[in-house]
Amino acid sequence: MNTAFQRLLTSLRQPESMLGLSESEWDALLRHSRSAGLLSRLALDMQASQGEDNLPDRVRRHMRGATYIAERQIRAVRWEVHKVHQALEHMDMPIVLLKGAAYVMADLPPARGRLFGDIDLLVPREHLDDVEMQLITNGWHGTHRDAYDQCYYREWMHEIPPMTHITRGSTLDVHHNILPLTARLKPQAKDLFTSIVPIPSYRNLYRLGNADLVLHSATHLFHEGEWGHGLRDLVDLDALLRHFGTDSGFLETLAARADTMDLRIPLNYALHFSQTLLGTPIGDDKTPARVPRLAHSLIHHMFIQGFASAHPDMSAPVARLVLLLLYIRSHWLRMPLHHLLPHLFHKTLARSKTEKE
Amino acid sequence: MMHIRDLSDLELADRLAQGLDLQTGPFIFHIQSRERSVYSGLRRLYADFPVGEEAVRDFHVRVHRPANLRRWYHPQVIFEHDLVSPFKPLPANHAFAALEWGMNWCIAGYAHHYLTLHAAVLERNGRAVMLPGEPGAGKSTLTAALSLSGWRLLTDETALVDLDTGVLWPMARPVNLKNSSIDIIQAFSREAVFGDKAFDTHKGTVAHLKPSTETVLRMNEPCRIGWVVFPRWQADSPARLTRRPRADTFVFAAENSFNYSVMGETGFRALEGLIREAECFDFRYGRLEDALATFERLSA
Repeated sequence: MNTAFQRLLTSLRQPESMLGLSESEWDALLRHSRSAGLLSRLALDMQASQGEDNLPDRVRRHMRGATYIAERQIRAVRWEVHKVHQALEHMDMPIVLLKGAAYVMADLPPARGRLFGDIDLLVPREHLDDVEMQLITNGWHGTHRDAYDQCYYREWMHEIPPMTHITRGSTLDVHHNILPLTARLKPQAKDLFTSIVPIPSYRNLYRLGNADLVLHSATHLFHEGEWGHGLRDLVDLDALLRHFGTDSGFLETLAARADTMDLRIPLNYALHFSQTLLGTPIGDDKTPARVPRLAHSLIHHMFIQGFASAHPDMSAPVARLVLLLLYIRSHWLRMPLHHLLPHLFHKTLARSKTEKE
Repeated sequence: MMHIRDLSDLELADRLAQGLDLQTGPFIFHIQSRERSVYSGLRRLYADFPVGEEAVRDFHVRVHRPANLRRWYHPQVIFEHDLVSPFKPLPANHAFAALEWGMNWCIAGYAHHYLTLHAAVLERNGRAVMLPGEPGAGKSTLTAALSLSGWRLLTDETALVDLDTGVLWPMARPVNLKNSSIDIIQAFSREAVFGDKAFDTHKGTVAHLKPSTETVLRMNEPCRIGWVVFPRWQADSPARLTRRPRADTFVFAAENSFNYSVMGETGFRALEGLIREAECFDFRYGRLEDALATFERLSA
């Protein structure tokens, strides 16, 4: 683990440690945390500990800018969810917000200082066509129009092709499950709907149940192919585990739920890395983590490399090789070989084509 | 304090290869590049700028060749800020222009400790005039001409509004001129010093005008606003200044801000304070000489 990554982790675990940093350490931390999408989070931590006055001027300015971004992101997510809700509320079905949008609308701790990309929704699969139609009527349009991508999403994936709003430009991912239909692990979407929790004052709008929030975050992270947001997602997990973990029976419930949902493996990884890197308090006796021993050391180091990959100086050939392996691994988990090989072949071909253009 | 002009050719090239800290107003850019055109652009246009001396830098940028055939064959360059490359690769002889655009991009994308507006700002007798940028309105030409006629240049591209005090902060960077504007300004003043022209960019031919030494010396000196003027060049038009409603000016400035939407209420208050303090005008002109006379009267 390199020093800059280590320092970022320490700053996330113990914000007050930032007050002791030298200027050149700050220079590296600003860059690294910004690349990892975590500067706003550090800025809010710093604000909360009222240590801002002791920061170098240039650091304080960037921290201030980052808090404006954090506030802006929350406003933007609330507005976007409001618009989605307007478009879908009359349909007689639950609209389940996932990830960032859920954290914001349910006022959960990971929302604090988080940067958001797309809005993610989960709806019952039988309503998918109607939902898509309603969204199109309300100004969202589909992306990925070529026949291959259409087939890829609709036949194999757990979501329809991402939709973009015609005036606001925001992106919406509509899911009907939390893992691709072709994935090795087979969580059942109908089980997720049994424990959803309503979002106050919005009709038909929900988030996943507490345990499912953790499981989804873990599943997403450890099936991920692009690691630019890896650490941010782990920070989400850490915040969820700390928040729900105050309830003494939570870890047992979580483990039992993971077994029911066939998501034990990603949960084990999540607990392991959250504890190792961010010091999430998980009592050892309760730890259901049994990361397979053989894979443990290799996979462990590969993931650490993945979590560190948003670092601006990340260009060593070994690091790039590891990222490529993680990318291939994620696809391996998402689809069987007879789908995967033709798919990677197609993507490589498509990529070289766009590069030529 | 060390300035770029104090570095020998070898030292400058060496520092650029390792990473040179360039201070421009409130920002320190850590610039790394081995490109000839970056070197000569900095040598000629940034000679009076100080070399940053703080360990914390605002932006770490690189202009470098891609790791493929285009390193040699019709060579290209990539501008990179940390891990982000906001533009497609550009021809290698546009490297300095790429650096300038990239620096603007960094400020627009990350300098949210200011309200940033797309406008030029100049100062005379202690008050600033802001020229918002309607594309093709001749903003840069007028800015360059004013900066060569006794007005102090704060910026030709991005106005930095202080969120607490409402003052405008300078950057003093070179003025980016396009196409026929370059010839107009060359004909306008013998003192005009230009960097190398970059041909066939997405903006046509571009060249940068060196800021005066005094401009650079005073780059840490902010200024309060006096006027907002929307210039519009029109062939054969007499110079004419007409009042523009403040509300209308506010809306235009907000729409042409890089980060108004990020700043929420803070941005609203900063902009409202700025526009309230300013007299606002539309300005039509056909001849630069007439325009300068009008601005002379305005600042008197």
